[in-house]
Amino acid sequence: MIVKNVGWFGFVMAGLVLTGLCRAELTIEISEGVDNPIPVAVVPFANRSVAPLPDDVRQIISDDLQRSGEFTSLDISRMLSLPSRGDEVRYRDWSLVGQSYLVIGDIEYSQIENVYSIRYELYDVFQEKFVVGQKYVVTADRLREVSHKISDRIYETITGVKGIFSTKIAYVTLNRDAKGKDDYRLYVADADGRHARMLLQTTEPVLSVAWSPNGQKLAYVSFETGRPAIYIQEVESGNRKTVSAYTGLNSAPAWSPDGKYLAMTLSKDGNAEIYKLNLETGQLQRLTNHYAIDTEPSWSPDGKSIVFTSDRSGGPQIYWMGVDGERQERLTFDGKYNARARYTGDNRQIIYVHQSDGAFNIASLDLSSNTQLILTQTPLDESPSMAPNGRMLIYATQRGRNGVLAVVSLDGKAKYFLPSSQGDVREPSWSPYVN
Amino acid sequence: MKGLMAKTTLALVISTALLSGCGTTGNKAEGVPADDQQTSGTTFGAKNTGTLTAEELAAQQAETARKAEAERMARLAEAKSKEQAALRAIRTFYFDFDKYEIKSEATLALSAHAAFIAANPSVKVVVEGHADERGTKDYNLALGEKRAKAVERFLIVNGVARNQIESVSYGEERPAVMGHEESSWAKNRRAVIAY
Repeated sequence: MIVKNVGWFGFVMAGLVLTGLCRAELTIEISEGVDNPIPVAVVPFANRSVAPLPDDVRQIISDDLQRSGEFTSLDISRMLSLPSRGDEVRYRDWSLVGQSYLVIGDIEYSQIENVYSIRYELYDVFQEKFVVGQKYVVTADRLREVSHKISDRIYETITGVKGIFSTKIAYVTLNRDAKGKDDYRLYVADADGRHARMLLQTTEPVLSVAWSPNGQKLAYVSFETGRPAIYIQEVESGNRKTVSAYTGLNSAPAWSPDGKYLAMTLSKDGNAEIYKLNLETGQLQRLTNHYAIDTEPSWSPDGKSIVFTSDRSGGPQIYWMGVDGERQERLTFDGKYNARARYTGDNRQIIYVHQSDGAFNIASLDLSSNTQLILTQTPLDESPSMAPNGRMLIYATQRGRNGVLAVVSLDGKAKYFLPSSQGDVREPSWSPYVN
Repeated sequence: MKGLMAKTTLALVISTALLSGCGTTGNKAEGVPADDQQTSGTTFGAKNTGTLTAEELAAQQAETARKAEAERMARLAEAKSKEQAALRAIRTFYFDFDKYEIKSEATLALSAHAAFIAANPSVKVVVEGHADERGTKDYNLALGEKRAKAVERFLIVNGVARNQIESVSYGEERPAVMGHEESSWAKNRRAVIAY
């Protein structure tokens, strides 16, 4: 399908999947929080065994809650007591230091079974009552996972919204050596940036990473053959296949909510147009037909429409259409540059890249009231991807000379960065709920 | 600014004239000796004496003039060929932000590429389209392709066969210059003809 020069870069590690942990983890740096975060005290979990614990469960839970921007976690040094069982809780110790909620727990290690028993309890300080608690029994390598689960339970119990601490993020790193040679890597990591696992390494550009709705696969664009092609890779096994390698553009893959279709941008018919590929039958249907650029499709969560970017009005603006390309209508009118829209999970808003005063920021648009809110302030923000609970989004920005990932709440008030130790980090994609 | 424009336009006219000359040089070269042969055929075939007749003198003068003209044409062709080669050294063509129209100052060099590629059917080129880092990556991929295709279309309109050109867009992935300011961005919004 690609006319010539296929295999130019045959030496790149096409298809070679490198698994295992590596040192490309991201760290968390909180810059802003909401105005009135909920004060929660997470007491260090009592260790009921002699061996030291491989992971600091208390720290993980505290960091998770803090990172959401909706909580502020009490410093251990300010705690008046350190209870680990219900009968040790004195509510006054916590109301005195202004706490609304209290989390306590303990961990026991069984040498015979080589497992850890982790028990947590959540208390409401105002109402002076036990709220929720649970016990998990896991091996050492799953301590972090369980800690995130506990964070999810606490977050959901208090806010009524599902937590996203057990979700994953996918992203691309780029390192350029002294000779100008590029090293692109595709990673999947925990939502807090830890446990990064490499899925692809190539000297050619990798971009447009998109999670399948079941959280088991990634679609992305790689130039590893010298020309762009769309691949689908299974995260767990690393197996992958080429789904589109026509002459010209193969870009912007977007899954339908039922996982049956992949919308994408192809220029095989001469111009950038949006198509939808039936992943079961291989049937390809063209959705747009305009001499302008049509690209960056994204399905609505209800599966009824697709938003996309088109410069048919003279510059990039966001449009929507039915899933067969019918009723194409313009959605954005504010500013000269609005592109790469993604729906929020409730179908009510879109988030996208908006240019104003020369800066490119992430903005949201309420589809019923047509109210636009600019969520970020740095000059080169792009690639927004919604967290599955609709509360936050991850995006790529520039800090110093490097690209970094940042997360901002949908009200624009809470924000944190996920800086990498080296090189550029870009093209983030937030996974759906995994379990 | 106006003077520069006028100069560019003039140069374009001359170059176009030379270009059309290039296309027909072969025919003229064949055409001139054909006329000559006819004249000399009747003259030299009829007589072979030491004295020059008026006819012979005229023929000699014609021959001298023809040689001079041929030399002049050769010099012109050489100058033109040098000029064309110099123009073909320009392989990168720049674009305005979010635009994919070829700038007027690019047409001279693009015409030189078109003439060369069209005259050499075995030559194949790849037109690479690029965008600066601003805006979204997938839109920039499409934008880079529009830029590459604009160059491709110019070459085809100017005589290059479709199968001699391939367009590929790298979007914002391969900046020519690293940097986060307009001077760098301007150098990155480009299409490059790669032979």
